[in-house]
Amino acid sequence: MTETPVLSVRDLTVEIPTRHGILRPVDQVSYDIRAGEILGVVGESGAGKSMTGNAVIGLLDPPARITGGEVLLKGEPIHDIPRARLRRLRGKHMGMIFQDPLTSLNPLLTIGDQLTETITEHLNVGQDEARKRAIAALDEVGIPAASARIGSYPHEFSGGMRQRVVIALALCAEPELVIADEPTTALDVSVQAQIVALLKRLCRERGVAVMLVTHDMGVIAEAADRVAVMYAGRLAELGPVREVITNAHHPYTAGLMASTPLASVGQKRLKQIPGAMPRLGALPDGCAFHPRCEYAQDKCRRDPGPSLQACDGRAACWFPLGTTQKEDTVA
Amino acid sequence: MSALISIRNLTRRFDVSKPWLNRVIERLSKAYLTAVSDVSFDIEENSVYALVGESGSGKSTIGKIVVGLTPPSEGSVQINGTDLATETDAAKIEAVRDEIQMIFQDPYASLNPRWRVRDIIAEPVAAKGGDTSGLAERLLEQVGLSAADASKYPHEFSGGQRQRICIARALASEPKIIVCDEPTSALDVSVQSQVLNLMSDLREEFGLTYLFISHDLTVVRHMADRIGVLYLGRLVEEAPRDALFTDPKHPYTQMLFDAAPRMDAFGREVDPPKGEIPDAINPPPGCAFHPRCPIAIDRCSKERPQMRQLGQTRVACHRAE
Repeated sequence: MTETPVLSVRDLTVEIPTRHGILRPVDQVSYDIRAGEILGVVGESGAGKSMTGNAVIGLLDPPARITGGEVLLKGEPIHDIPRARLRRLRGKHMGMIFQDPLTSLNPLLTIGDQLTETITEHLNVGQDEARKRAIAALDEVGIPAASARIGSYPHEFSGGMRQRVVIALALCAEPELVIADEPTTALDVSVQAQIVALLKRLCRERGVAVMLVTHDMGVIAEAADRVAVMYAGRLAELGPVREVITNAHHPYTAGLMASTPLASVGQKRLKQIPGAMPRLGALPDGCAFHPRCEYAQDKCRRDPGPSLQACDGRAACWFPLGTTQKEDTVA
Repeated sequence: MSALISIRNLTRRFDVSKPWLNRVIERLSKAYLTAVSDVSFDIEENSVYALVGESGSGKSTIGKIVVGLTPPSEGSVQINGTDLATETDAAKIEAVRDEIQMIFQDPYASLNPRWRVRDIIAEPVAAKGGDTSGLAERLLEQVGLSAADASKYPHEFSGGQRQRICIARALASEPKIIVCDEPTSALDVSVQSQVLNLMSDLREEFGLTYLFISHDLTVVRHMADRIGVLYLGRLVEEAPRDALFTDPKHPYTQMLFDAAPRMDAFGREVDPPKGEIPDAINPPPGCAFHPRCPIAIDRCSKERPQMRQLGQTRVACHRAE
């Protein structure tokens, strides 16, 4: 495929200087998202998945900053442009959906005010037209009686409806890229299903590129086209969702899949990965996963984990599973 | 097997009225939220009974009533034949209280940050003047931490380790029953599996009975022997695990199962469930689920369905068969 990806992240590195040295919550991460594609980003707390999303959209809280690599939006670099220009891009070309819909809406403004402000800010339309578009946006995300509810305040909506408003807000200026950071984590199962279905429909109909950050493998399996697995700030595995879930190449991905209760229906004990993710300040030598890896060898303890590109582009592992090297490892 | 905990017609109402002056000025009447409504079930000794439901279904309130953190408005909870709410014999109350412990959802909020782990774990025994020497160290090793951790403070531990400390504290008074309120919801998947395995092991070792409260169907399916499904404070279906998962009778249970994400459902296009959970202050008349129910009939909006036995399942639905 030769078309330019909507979002292209190359060797992105984010660093936080602290008194105890430099922490690297995102370490040489690379991936593309094409139009109409949902890229799922999974990982456990502290893996750097939200930090990656924030770095892309330019919302890193200082002292965290991008120290390496580049972020290209439709081929144009956006990682080192002035804040004012980035501000124009956010909203117009990139939308963001946060985890907690209550804190991402202004409680003092009606949802109509918030939507029309975003629309008039980014699109060249008047108040009346903006209001019409706001109603259409609310209609599209499935809010009943949109024209009547446009004057309501955020507290008058339930959690699921509020998240729909946030999605409408992210989409009302017709961006090409939407970053959804744990959009369903605060919601109940039945509402989660509604929101996931909504995201998929919008992605398909509008051709928006979506970066879906979540820790829920089930949501990823149902919604994403491709999935990126993060561990300790690095990409562990990247591939088509069906491939990664059914035939993981990285031992961490395999362990993560096996330890969900879903994977061991009818078994007495769950598979478990020993230990916990290392803290950023205390990463082990060699591959960051080796202390928890059942296949670790001397090379893994000695050499830093390979980059994704250096391997087959699929799993950042010296001895990926599902290849001939695996037999060597087991033997 | 005998019922260790027997819950009968349990109802809990909370007064959510505005202050009296506002009520007078704005001519409002008193408002009540019925968090738990006419719930009855039994928990057998040495089993895991799970309560599932979405937010506002009353599952945590039932847990709190069982351990005695909040009194019931109506109905009774009998533990080993003793009703904590009406029993007057202090010795009997003490005996029951010793047998029941609780594990909370958030391990960051349920450990006192100023206490050493040793004191936290020994507190249930120390509070009754028992002998605590070596107790914390022994329990820490039992839950997979090291005895040397006893002199540390909670902030030195990760979420999973803290939940292990909570479990050690719950075991200190050698209880028979542990009420677990979303014990793994705050944990990552790989840590969740460690904690769930630990809980299974401890149950076998000590012959524990769990009342397991969770919104996560996959966790419940793994842990529970018997499952009760709650909707808006009402028990809508109750069945042994396998019966519930192979043949859910209540339309709400079926909806929950359909909506839950699955790992083998790549690109699945679900018809998402309609609507949301109604307001618990003004619940719909008749069956609380009827506004969202795909098979509701006239009768469902008029008459609240009673629990009835269908094979191994108890279900509260006019249409279930």
